[in-house]
Amino acid sequence: MSSNRRNLPPVTGHDRYIGTSASRPNAARLTEGRGTYVDDIELPQMVHVAYWRSPAPHARITRIDADFARLMPGVVAVVDGAEMAKVCKPWVATLSHMVGMKSAPQYPLAMGTARWQGEPVVAVVAQTRAQAEDALQYLVVEWEPLPAVVDTETALDATTPVIHPELGDNRCFTRTLDTGGVDEAFARADAVAEITFQFGRHTGVTLEPRCQISDYNPSEKRLTVYHSQQAPHMMQDLYSRQFDLPESQIRVVCKDVGGSFGIKVHAYPDDFATVALSIMLGRPVKFVADRLESFTSDIHARQHRVTGRIAAAKSGDILAFEIDDLTGIGPYSMFPRTSAIEGNQVVNLVGGPYRHQQYRARLNVVFQNKTPTCQYRGVGHPIACAVTEALVDAVANTLETDPLQLRRQNVIPDDAYPCAGISGIKFEGLSHQACLDKITAMMDYPALRREQSELRQRGVFRGIGFAALIELTNPSAAFYGVGGARISAQDGATIRLEPTGAVTVMVGVGEQGQGAEGIFAQIAADAVGVPMSAVRVVTGDTDVTPYGGGTWASRGAGIGGEAVLLAGQALQQNILALAAAILKRDAGTLELVDASIIDATSREAVMALSELGRIAYFRPDTLPPGVAGELMVTRHYAQRDYPFIFTNGVQASLVEVDVDTGFVTLLKHWVVEDCGRVINPMLVDEQMRGAIVQGIGGALYEECLYDDDGLLQNGNMADYLLPMAAEMPDIDVAHIETPTRSSKLGAKGAGEAGTAGAPAAVMNAINDALRPFKASVYSQPITPEKILRALGKV
Amino acid sequence: MNATLDQRLIRITVNNVVHHVAVSPRQHLVDFLRDELGLKGSHVGCEHGVCGACSLLVNGQLVRGCLMLAVQADGATVQTIEGITQSGAAADLQAAFVARNALQCGYCTPGMLAAALDLVKSRPHATRAEVREWMTGNYCRCTGYQAIVDAVCDVLAKRAAKQSAAGQTGVQS
Repeated sequence: MSSNRRNLPPVTGHDRYIGTSASRPNAARLTEGRGTYVDDIELPQMVHVAYWRSPAPHARITRIDADFARLMPGVVAVVDGAEMAKVCKPWVATLSHMVGMKSAPQYPLAMGTARWQGEPVVAVVAQTRAQAEDALQYLVVEWEPLPAVVDTETALDATTPVIHPELGDNRCFTRTLDTGGVDEAFARADAVAEITFQFGRHTGVTLEPRCQISDYNPSEKRLTVYHSQQAPHMMQDLYSRQFDLPESQIRVVCKDVGGSFGIKVHAYPDDFATVALSIMLGRPVKFVADRLESFTSDIHARQHRVTGRIAAAKSGDILAFEIDDLTGIGPYSMFPRTSAIEGNQVVNLVGGPYRHQQYRARLNVVFQNKTPTCQYRGVGHPIACAVTEALVDAVANTLETDPLQLRRQNVIPDDAYPCAGISGIKFEGLSHQACLDKITAMMDYPALRREQSELRQRGVFRGIGFAALIELTNPSAAFYGVGGARISAQDGATIRLEPTGAVTVMVGVGEQGQGAEGIFAQIAADAVGVPMSAVRVVTGDTDVTPYGGGTWASRGAGIGGEAVLLAGQALQQNILALAAAILKRDAGTLELVDASIIDATSREAVMALSELGRIAYFRPDTLPPGVAGELMVTRHYAQRDYPFIFTNGVQASLVEVDVDTGFVTLLKHWVVEDCGRVINPMLVDEQMRGAIVQGIGGALYEECLYDDDGLLQNGNMADYLLPMAAEMPDIDVAHIETPTRSSKLGAKGAGEAGTAGAPAAVMNAINDALRPFKASVYSQPITPEKILRALGKV
Repeated sequence: MNATLDQRLIRITVNNVVHHVAVSPRQHLVDFLRDELGLKGSHVGCEHGVCGACSLLVNGQLVRGCLMLAVQADGATVQTIEGITQSGAAADLQAAFVARNALQCGYCTPGMLAAALDLVKSRPHATRAEVREWMTGNYCRCTGYQAIVDAVCDVLAKRAAKQSAAGQTGVQS
C-alpha cells in the first residue's frame, strides 16, 4: 500500500501500532481449526430443528398432518405456526422516518399462507438434524397454490393480485426527490444520455450458513442464544420484545462468525422460531441452515430496474441526473432494519461525487413472492454508483471527452468541504481530486490507452472502466434510531488493567473476520501504553461487553475504535494518577510507555505497570488515604456531528472481452480509497480486495434465478456462480487519508466501498471494450450471453 | 435408534489415532469427524462438493469430506487440520496465512490450507497463475483470494530456496 498521510499527527502520544500492518491476534487459531463457530458447540440435552419450508412462492396451507412424522425415530416435537404464535408475537418491519412505508405482520412460521418459496412453515425437532430431516419426509402438508407476484414491473398493476390485501396494494414504500430545474437542465443540455439498467437479485453466500443455538433454561427463566450474528444487542432487544422476556434475562453470544456481509445482521423468522422451540421445550435447540435453505431464506439483495438520465453541457459540465428506481423486496419488509433502505440509498447516492445542481429521483419499492431482500454489503451504493458512473461514461462518449477527464472536471473539489450533496446528504471532507490524480499515476493511464488502441488493431478488445464513489460510514442515529428501530448508534468499550499489567478490552462491536478485534488491540495498546501482546480483546457477548450496535454500515473502526481509544486514554490517565500517588509525584511528570511508567523528561523507567497492578490490587493498604485505583474504565462514542461520515474513492478496472465467446477476463483492478485515518493498512487493503471481489460477483456472476412461476432455479453453489481464485484479478490498493474531525481517531469505515464501486468499474470497462462495436450491456450480472446479444451474435 | 441396525464397523486412522467404530452407511466423512470424533476444524459449507471448506487429506490425497462417506474411509488414513497442525506439515503455510491476512472469517481456512498443502507438495514449482488455478477448488467469500495466492506463493518461494540451499550444501531434506 502507498499512502498520502497528509502529515497526520499521531493519535496518542506514542503511536506504536496505529497505522501499522500488525497481524491479527485472533488469526492464528483459525488457521489451526481452533475457532468456535456455532455448529461446533454442543450442549447437554441439545436437540436439532429442521424446517419444512414452502415449496411454492404463494400457497394456502390447508392441512398439516404430523402423526407419521412424530413416530419417526428421535423426533421430539413438531410445531406449526399457530402453536408457535402463542409464544412469539408477530412483527411489522417499518421505520417511522421512511414516511408512508408499510409491511404486514410476520410470524416465525407461516400462518395459513406462505408467501415465498423457502418460508418456514413447520418445525420438526429431533435428537439429530438427520433425524429431523428424515421426519420431514413423513410430514404431510397439503397446500393450494395462490397466484404469485413475480414480476416487479407489474407488481403495482390493478390486475395483479395483492399479496397482503389489508395493505391495499403491493407498494412497500415510495419516495420522490426533486431539486427543481431538472427539465430546464435537460432542455439546455448539449449532451443527454438515457440508460435502463437491470441489477439481478443476488445474496451473500456466507460460507458458514446462518446458525443458532437457543438455550432457554426454565429454572431461571433465562435465555442464552449462541448466534452467528453481527448485532448481538439488537437481537437481545428483539427477543425480549417478541417473547416478553426481561432483556436482562437474555444473553446473546457471538463467537466466531463464518462470514456475514450483512446477511447476519437481520432477524429472520427461523431465528425467532428456534428461540420459541427452546422456550417450548425447555432445552437447547440448534438450527444450522443447509445450503438450499441459505439460498431460499437468507436475505437477497439488489434486484433493481433503474432508468437513468444525465444532462451535460458542451463544456463537459454535468448539469443534471434523473433516475427512476423500481425494486422488488419479497413479500415482507425484513425485520428490524426494513427493506426500503436499499432503494432509499440509491435515491440519496446517485450523482454523489459530482457538483451538478439539478436532480430528480423516483423510487418504488414493491412486494413480490420471492425471498425477502434487505441490507447486504454496500446497500444501494453498488446500484447508485453503477448508474451514475455508466451515465458519466455515456455522456463522456457523446462529448468525445476522456472519461477520467470528465470526472476530474465534475467532482466536488477537495477544497469545497464541508458541503452538501445534491440529494441533501452532508459531506464533511472528501478527496475526489486527490484520488483521481493518484489512480491516474498508479495505473499509468496514458500507457494503457495506447496499449488498448494498439491491441484493437490486432482484434484484441480491452476496456478501461472507472468508478468514482462515495460511501456512507460511521452512521449516527439517523439511520435507524430516529425511525424507531432499537439499534444502538452508540458503542462502548471497557478496558481493565489486570494486576500483571495486561489489559482486557471489551467492545460492543464484534468480529466477523474484518479484523475488528485486531485494530481494537492496536488502538488499546497505543492508548494505554502497553505492548499489543499484553492486550486481550473480548467481543460478542451481551453479558460482558458494553451495549452497542455491532457491525453494520462500516461502523466498526470509526465508532467502536473511537470508544476503545477514549477508554484507553482514560485508563492511562487513571493509571498515571495512581502512579503519581504511589510515587508522590505530579502525574504530569509521568508517562506510560510499553507497560512502564517513565519520567517524562529523563525517559527513565520509574515503575513497571505490573508493580502498579500489584500494589493496586493486592496491597491497597499501602496507598495514601483516599486514593484508590480506578483501573477499569468504560467510554462510549456516538457520531453526532453528521448523519453519516462519507468516505470516497475511485476504482479502475481493466478487462479483455472475447467478442466471439462473450467471455470477460479481468486483467487488473486498481483502487484509491479515502477512509480517513488508516489504522491497519494491511487490514484495510484486505477489506478493499474482499469487497471488490464481492462486487465483481454481482457484476459478472451472481444471480438468484427465478422462473416465471417464482421458483428459484439455482439454489446451490454449483449453479449459483461465485468469484473464484482463477478468475479474479490482482487488485492494487492505495490510500488518501482525510481523517474525520468528528472523532479523535479520525477513522472512517472501509468495509463496503469496494463492493460499492466494483460493479460500476467492471461494467464501464466491458462497455469500453465493446465501444468499437457500438455495443453495450447494462444488465448485471453481465454474462457472456448478454455480451453476445449486445454484439448481435446470438 | 434405527440407524444402529444397519451400522457398519470401520477401522479408520485419524490424525495418527486408530478408531474401530460403527458408523451409519449414510454418514459423510466430515460429519463423522465432526460429530463422532469431535474434530470441529473441518467445516461444512455446501454439503455438495463445491465450496471446499471440508477439504482434508485421505491417504495423502485431497478429498472433500462431504463427498465421501465414512464407510468409504474404512482402512484409510485421514489427516484433518488438527492433525496437519500437530504434525507441523503446514506450519509455514499457516504462518504465511497470518502474515498476509489470507483469512478473514476463517471458515474456509482449514480446507484452503489442506488444498494449499497438497499444492506445495505436489507442484513445488507452480507459477502464480497455477496457484490461482489450483486454489479455485476452494471458495473464500472474504478475502478476494489475492492474499491467499500471495501466501501460497511466499511458501513456494521459501521452500524452493530452502531446497536449493540444501542442494548446494549436499544436504538431503
